[in-house]
Amino acid sequence: MNFFSVQGISLTIGFILILIGLWGILTQRNLIRIIIGFTIFNNGVNLIIVALAYMKGRTAPIIDQVVTRTDAVDKVADPIPQALVLTAIVIGVGVTAVMLSYTLRMYRAKHSLEINVFTESKW
Amino acid sequence: MYKKLFVLLLLAVLGWSFFTLLQTHQERQSLNPLSKHYVEKGPDEVGAPNLVTAIVVTYRGFDTLGEVTILFVSAAIVGLFLKTENRRRKYKIRSTSEILHAAQRLLFPVMILFGIYIFMNGHLTPGGGFQGGAVIATAMILVLLTNPESPISHRAFNLLESVSGFSYIIIGVLGVLLAGGFLDNHILPLGKFGNLFSAGAIPLIYSFVGLKVGSELSSIILNLNDVQKDDK
Repeated sequence: MNFFSVQGISLTIGFILILIGLWGILTQRNLIRIIIGFTIFNNGVNLIIVALAYMKGRTAPIIDQVVTRTDAVDKVADPIPQALVLTAIVIGVGVTAVMLSYTLRMYRAKHSLEINVFTESKW
Repeated sequence: MYKKLFVLLLLAVLGWSFFTLLQTHQERQSLNPLSKHYVEKGPDEVGAPNLVTAIVVTYRGFDTLGEVTILFVSAAIVGLFLKTENRRRKYKIRSTSEILHAAQRLLFPVMILFGIYIFMNGHLTPGGGFQGGAVIATAMILVLLTNPESPISHRAFNLLESVSGFSYIIIGVLGVLLAGGFLDNHILPLGKFGNLFSAGAIPLIYSFVGLKVGSELSSIILNLNDVQKDDK
């Protein structure tokens, strides 16, 4: 495929974001940084799903004067991945809020954000 | 040391597999059969010009119900984790600047109105319940930034959330009784294509989803604000 098309660039950035996020999750010691790693990973996945819906020269799936009902099939991008990403973004927000509040709770228990301190929850 | 090497190896293997995926990927030239059905039949079956909304609210209504449930559960978990006994701040906070106060008074009603506009027009324009709810929660952040001691009632938000969530379920069940199935939007007439009051129950459903999401995100923010009163 062509790496310098819109889709190629978006997919490449998405995969790079996934790798950066995974690196952050696996190597960082600070809980907040691990959460940032998770959100970067999440954004990378969302970007990839949206990029897969892209088709050259097509527009948003909303029917109006320009995109009429009859020629919509040839003019709009795929609406299903966009709907899925809408769901995924909202769930990402919920998961991030839960992770942050749990981190606050852990900080209150030990007064530290280093993951090495929490040895009793290690298996 | 071994751990770092292992991580690098894992990332290299993943990166290589992503690269081969990218190399063999072909850009699609036409919609797949399912999307084609949604795009072709969607305007007639659902009556919403915004096809993403048609999919989110009607064709895949169960997904949205699950999504709203997940957001509700996470708001509840945040409330549980950040429960505070002592709700009085131990230290005095400096009052914020006049500019912020004036901007907040000016912008707050506009932001709330904009959020309502976004979720009311979810079936016509790019927008919808989740986006509108997020805008409303942003207005709450502005209020708390201006004055972290603002007397905002948690109970009002909990009540709003419960009422809108319950109404959403009721509309879904009405779909079973009056129309084709759970969350079917044909319980109201489809109306003229492209008008505000069209697409059956979609504006109603999205309004309830918007109120629910707005109050859930606001209660998460209020909880995170309250927890600062405990810590020094």
